[in-house]
Parts: sequence; structure tokens; C-alpha cells
Amino acid sequence: MGGGRGLSHQPDLFAGSPGRRRKERAVRALLSSAAFVSLAVSVAIVLALFGQAVSWLTRVDLGELWGDGWFPRQGGFDVLTLVLGTLLVAGIAMLVAAPLGLGAAIYLSEFATPRVRRVLKPVLETLAGIPSVVLGYFALTVIQPELVQRLFTTRTGAFSFLAAGIAVGILTVPLVASVAEDALFAVPGALREAAYGIGARRATVAIRVAFPAAISGIVASLILGLSRAVGETMVVAIAAGATGQALRTFNPLDGGQTMTGAISSLAIGSDQVKGSGLAFGSLYFIGLVLFVVTFALNVASERFVRRVRGAHR
Amino acid sequence: MTRAVPLAPTRGTIDLVLRGRRHDVRGRLFQAALLLTLLASLGVLLVLLWTTWSEAAPVLAERGLDFVTSDTSSLSSRAGVHQGLIGSLILVAFVAVIAIPLGVAAAIYLQEYAHDTRVNRLLITNIRNLAGVPSIVYGILGLVVFVQAMRGVTGPDSYGRSFISGGLTLSVLVMPIVILISMEALRAVPSSIREAAYGVGATRWEVVRSHVLPYAAPGIFTGMILALARAFGETAPLLLVGAVTGYLNTPGGRGLFETLQGQYTSLPTLIFSWARQPGEDWRANTAAAIAVLLVAILAVNALAIVLRNRYERKW
Repeated sequence: MGGGRGLSHQPDLFAGSPGRRRKERAVRALLSSAAFVSLAVSVAIVLALFGQAVSWLTRVDLGELWGDGWFPRQGGFDVLTLVLGTLLVAGIAMLVAAPLGLGAAIYLSEFATPRVRRVLKPVLETLAGIPSVVLGYFALTVIQPELVQRLFTTRTGAFSFLAAGIAVGILTVPLVASVAEDALFAVPGALREAAYGIGARRATVAIRVAFPAAISGIVASLILGLSRAVGETMVVAIAAGATGQALRTFNPLDGGQTMTGAISSLAIGSDQVKGSGLAFGSLYFIGLVLFVVTFALNVASERFVRRVRGAHR
Repeated sequence: MTRAVPLAPTRGTIDLVLRGRRHDVRGRLFQAALLLTLLASLGVLLVLLWTTWSEAAPVLAERGLDFVTSDTSSLSSRAGVHQGLIGSLILVAFVAVIAIPLGVAAAIYLQEYAHDTRVNRLLITNIRNLAGVPSIVYGILGLVVFVQAMRGVTGPDSYGRSFISGGLTLSVLVMPIVILISMEALRAVPSSIREAAYGVGATRWEVVRSHVLPYAAPGIFTGMILALARAFGETAPLLLVGAVTGYLNTPGGRGLFETLQGQYTSLPTLIFSWARQPGEDWRANTAAAIAVLLVAILAVNALAIVLRNRYERKW
């Protein structure tokens, strides 16, 4: 933030005419109120989620939060079903995104010549720009039939956590790559040169010097990727099973519901419960759980990022 | 007697001599494996674009402009993306009018005005966290605030499920991203530029307006383009604030405000609802709609990348 340069250059002493000063104050007030809008948004998110979730919890029979599956229409609100589904999708996504994202980051920061970089970097940027609804369709029409169903011929459902997870992973690659690359970029050149000076090879420098020095940022990139994968909605809504209900399962070849998938199904009423009573209200509760989980992940990754910044100053 | 020395020893040969003429095979393999991960991403991207295009081409070739100018329909042969395209453009206009000015103003305050106080640090941390909140949570926010609480303003006849609700929700969603990108662009302007302006007696706002903003403009502008592209492709929050997933009837002859208070859909929402329809012809329609969406988004992204490469400057 600009604090560093704030105090040292106080122009206000030389502000001159009162009119000029009045204008200055007005602009400042305007700009600062814009900055506080974001705080209002956060408060609104927390209040909306908490208020609605608590009001739902008071109406629902708490025993129904534990059952054999997610059947909101029949009053079966087994949250664990959704949590397991989310874990599966996010776990599979990270199995895809961690190697691809980190590999890309290390290559771009440690090996690529500027020319190669200029060509390959936009690939990741383009991938980052692809809307998730497109990858959902891709998971449903390409990954599931061409990859999942060919590898595992015993199961032939149209939906699976595996296909959704792979697609979510692809979506997450650019995020992981860009945060990890920033972390590697922040490693001072002197560290690398010292290693070269005692005869280390390029690969050694990358693995044993740059990577460990950037480890906080790399962990942060993975946590951020995980948070993104947990919150990803459209891929799951399209490719993991669109019925709005599911039995509890931990099999990646099954279809099912995740937290985000359940919210979107409830919202569009694909299970015919639109707006009616307890079923619809459950989306606030799941939304709250989702918000808390991603918030915790984001705070954790922020911690790690800050540690990198502190280390190489 | 002179020894034969190669005139311009390449880096490779020097490396080789230094390691006693042994090739670093494992290093090479490692590097190749890393390159492969990048190429895998490229491969996925190409497969995605190719499969979409090969499914979309027949529909687009057969229907031509008709596909872009037709409204939603229960018949796959007559359904088009017109309403979705117009809807997405209106939603993006909301973002451009609301989120971008607010976001840039907030960024100017935080980067140029705010001192390093606790409150300001809290503001920035809060914005970072907001940028990481899943988009569907913003949908729930929009549902509670814009659709339910503010129904009287956002659309009394459409039960609040209107362009206004959708546009406001997307604006709230994109604003933290706009702030963070703009702050980064402002931070990249060296303080010597500011000091020069202060030196001739400019006020803080005069410094920002006449010196800092012009230099930060390319960065901010590129970021804005990407933010608008993000809003254009966003789907999940719109499902919660009532973008229509089935047949949408847009009556003509309404004023602008009434239109904005009315029901709406967007291009990604259409794609989502078509992707859930069974049958080959809907599948082809979905691919064609995706092709329209991708053409728009990739063109915008490419523009942003080109602009950045052209105006990027090192101080």
C-alpha cells in the first residue's frame, strides 16, 4: 500500500487557495467512501449467510443433518455427503493442478528463455480466461466419455466426480502456476548465482535452491488452488450429476453432489423444490459452510505469501 | 604455433568443458518433463477448442446469422443465442458502469491517499479475501439483498429476478478484482513521477489525475478488459439471482428501466441450460453457443495481452 510514501510528502502545507483545498477534501471523501464499499460488501455477505443459515437451522430437525444421502426434497440433509463430494472433486483437481501448475511455473521461471516465455505464458492466460461453464461441458462431452469411461469400463454413467475433478483441475492450473511463478520470481538471483558458483547444475539450482526458497509461496499457490477448486460451481453442476440429490459415496467414478453443485441445483429448482420451505433454505446453510471453508483456506495462503515477502526483503 | 580455439565458444560448449565433457542427461530430462507440463495445458486447450469447433461448425454453417439473432425456443432447430448475447452485454455494461469506477476510486484511495494504518490494512486484507470468495457465494448475497430485500426496486413484477439484480451481483463480484489490479498498476508508477508534480505545487488529487493515472492507465485498462471478460463468462451467481434457464419471453415495447427490471438470461446461462438437455441436436447447439462465447472472450483476452505487451514499460 502507499503508506510508505504517504507521510514523507505532505503536500497539504502548500495547498493554497481555500477552493482548491475544498475540492481536494471532496475528492478524498469520495475516493475513501469507494474504498469502504468493499467493507460493506463483506459485512453484507456475512450477515446474509449467517442470518439465513441460522434461521434455517432453527426450523430444520437437526437429526436430518446426518443421514444416508443428500435428498433435500425428502428432508434428508446429510451435509457429509456434500463435504465428501467436494473433497473428492477438489482432491482430484489438485492431483491435476499441482503437477501441471508447479511444473509450468518452474519451467517458466527457471528454464524458459524470454522468447519461449512470451509464447507460452499466454497459453496459461488464455486457459485462465475460459469460462468454467465451458469446461463443464468439456468434462461432460469429452473427459467423461473419452477418458473416464475408456479407462474404467465397468462404470458407464454419464456423470462422475472424476471427470468433474479433472476439469476443475484444468481450471485451477493457471492460478497455481501464476502464484507459484511469482514466488519463484521473488527468489533473489544472488541465491542462484551462489549455487552456480559452486558448480551446481541448472536442474539442481531449480530443485534445491529456488524451489525451497520459494516454498511458502508455492504452498500458498496450492492452498489458493484448493480454495478455488472447492468453490468451483459450473463444472460440478454440469458434469458431476445434475439431479440435485445423491447417496453418500466416496467413489470417484460415481456421480453426486458437492456443496456448490447442491446450491446451484437448489437455486434453479432442478429438483422441483424452487422456493418451497426447508429444501430451498438449506442452500444458505451450505453457502455458509462453503464460505467458512474457503475463507479459512484464503487466510492460510495469505499467511504463507506474507512469509515469502518477509524472507527476501 | 597457435592452438585452434573456436572463435565464439557457445555457452553449451563451455558448460560441457566445465563438467568434464559429461552431458547432463538427468537435467535435460527434468527440463523436458517441465516443458511437458506446460505443453499438456496447451494440449488440453487445443483439444477443447477443436472439439467445440468441430461440433459447432455444422450448426453455425447451417443456421448462419440466424443462430445469433434467434430467441430461446423449445425446438433446438429454432433456438438461438440472441437473448443471451444481449443479456450478457447488458450485464457487462452494469459492471462497466458500477464496478469499474468504484473499484478504480477505491484503488486510488488505498494506493495514493491511505496511510499505513490499521483500518487501511484491514481494508486491503478484506479486499484480498473478497477476491477469493467463491462466485456462488456472491450469488447468495445477491439473492438475499437484491432479489429479496430490494425487490421493490430491482423488479416488482419479475420477483426481483431482473437485469438489475444480476448486474449488481456481478458488479459486487468483480469489484475486488478491479481494485487489486488497479492498485498494482498504480504501485508500478515510480514515486519520482509524483515527486516531480508535488515539486511544482500540485495537490494530491492533481498529482494523481495528471501524473499517476496517465502512467497507470494502460495497466488499469488491461485489467478492466480482463475483469469485463470475467463478468461476461460468469454463470454460477446468476443462477441464484434468477437468470432464466428455460424459455424466456422478452416482450417488446418496454422502456429501458422496465427492461432492466424484467426477466433476463445470459449467454453462459443459456449454455448451462442447453448442456443439460438430452439429445445430439441440443449438444450441437450448446457447442455453437460456446463457440460464440469463446470467440467473444478470447478476442477480448487477446486484446488485453496485446495491449499489455505494447504498453508495458520498465522503469
